Amino acid sequence: MNSIGRFVLFIRSMFLRRESFVTYVRLTIDECIKIGVNSIFLVSIVSTFIGAVTTLQTAYNLVSPFIPDYVIALVVRDMTVLELAPTVMAIVYAGKVGSNIAGELGTMRITEQIDALEVMGINSASYLVLPKILASIITYPMLVVLSAFLSLVGGYIAGTLTGVISAVDYVYGIRAEFLEYNITFALAKSYTFAFIVAALSAYKGFYTKGGALEVGIASTSAVTNSCIGILCADFVLTKLLL
Amino acid sequence: MIEVKGLWKSFSGKDIIKGIDATFEQGKCNMIIGASGTGKSVLLKNIVGLVEPDKGSILYGGRDFTAADKNLKTEIRREIGMLFQGGALFDSMTVEQNIMFPLDILTDMPKDEKFDRVNECLKRVDLVNSNHKMPSELSGGMKKRVGIARAIVNNSKYLFCDEPNSGLDPQTSIIIDNLIKEITVDLDITTVVVSHDMNSVMEIGDNIVFVYQGHKLWEGNNKTIFDTDVPELEDFIFANNLMRIVKKNREQL
Repeated sequence: MNSIGRFVLFIRSMFLRRESFVTYVRLTIDECIKIGVNSIFLVSIVSTFIGAVTTLQTAYNLVSPFIPDYVIALVVRDMTVLELAPTVMAIVYAGKVGSNIAGELGTMRITEQIDALEVMGINSASYLVLPKILASIITYPMLVVLSAFLSLVGGYIAGTLTGVISAVDYVYGIRAEFLEYNITFALAKSYTFAFIVAALSAYKGFYTKGGALEVGIASTSAVTNSCIGILCADFVLTKLLL
Repeated sequence: MIEVKGLWKSFSGKDIIKGIDATFEQGKCNMIIGASGTGKSVLLKNIVGLVEPDKGSILYGGRDFTAADKNLKTEIRREIGMLFQGGALFDSMTVEQNIMFPLDILTDMPKDEKFDRVNECLKRVDLVNSNHKMPSELSGGMKKRVGIARAIVNNSKYLFCDEPNSGLDPQTSIIIDNLIKEITVDLDITTVVVSHDMNSVMEIGDNIVFVYQGHKLWEGNNKTIFDTDVPELEDFIFANNLMRIVKKNREQL
């Protein structure tokens, strides 16, 4: 309970004693590049392979003359949009971005860079953390859209190259019985996960005490807590929105 | 001038600062000295507002910092420059960006003026042509000098230095000490230095406060410190062999 209260106060402190709007715009753009653009490569690789493997495993499990081949693509699409792109990618994102945020802020704390900001009269939480959270909320949904697209492309490549599904059936399958609401649901999840990863990791890093060892512990703790937060939020959102 | 009145601070029920009163004068190098773990850094953190005191008050030019509202607190903080023990330079920024940072955030100064001001500060700390170096390319002494330049770039009225000589060789320490002294006198600012380095104390200590186990046990200057009759201060001063030799020579004179 103490940690939750401290976390709420930490989030609240970001909105007190703010700097100029232009400062936040500049910092948020920088963070978008660090958090979002620099994650594109990892997200692309992971998504393409997840799509490919999901297609092959779905085909392996759906061997029946009563089930048409296009169902494989339909299952891959729904799994990708509903779960793999927003949630599994959030776990990967927590590993990359979460540990980076906690490590960066933790190092700034132990080398007194955060104290230096405070002494200058700058609200360090607002200056350092708010742009990271905003950048995460802006870029992560874009990464989820990219991830979903590349998963489907990966599935297409794997399915057609191995011959488990034809190109025509695959394309028909990913378009069949499509519910637009699933995209809304995936994006709602992605905004929530983006906030969880950035805010929890920043919290862990910001309050690091000690030395290099504690920075490592903060990074690990940021990833662990983000993953737990993502999975709990995933369950709650699925229950509420589907 | 900074006045500290009846300052108390405890952590987890343990008193670290026990009712300290002190006055730090303008245009002078005021030093807080004492052995490690006696509360010097905690006292400094209380004065600059990084830690909230439990009791007592801190007055900056008559303005009560501890009872100030957010606006006054921010106003006072923007008059403060601080040199941290490790320099606390922002790793991702060049020397120039580090020094310009307070101007970027706290002022509306035109770009050209900012560059002029940064170069002026770099000249003062004898680091001309180091504008584009990264902190990782600097030696310990250079980092401290950049830290000083950043602390004074915004025309600070108050300069705080937390152990400015830690990790430096004796020659570089003297250079840093002289730089602090020179800036204090030239700019007529109030400087507070936390140190346990006796060379620094003798070099620049215009006004010295000795802290022992959270109490202020002695106050004086570098001319009167050898005449102390406070046993704890004597133990502190004459802890090393060089100082014992100095004491012996003084007694023989």
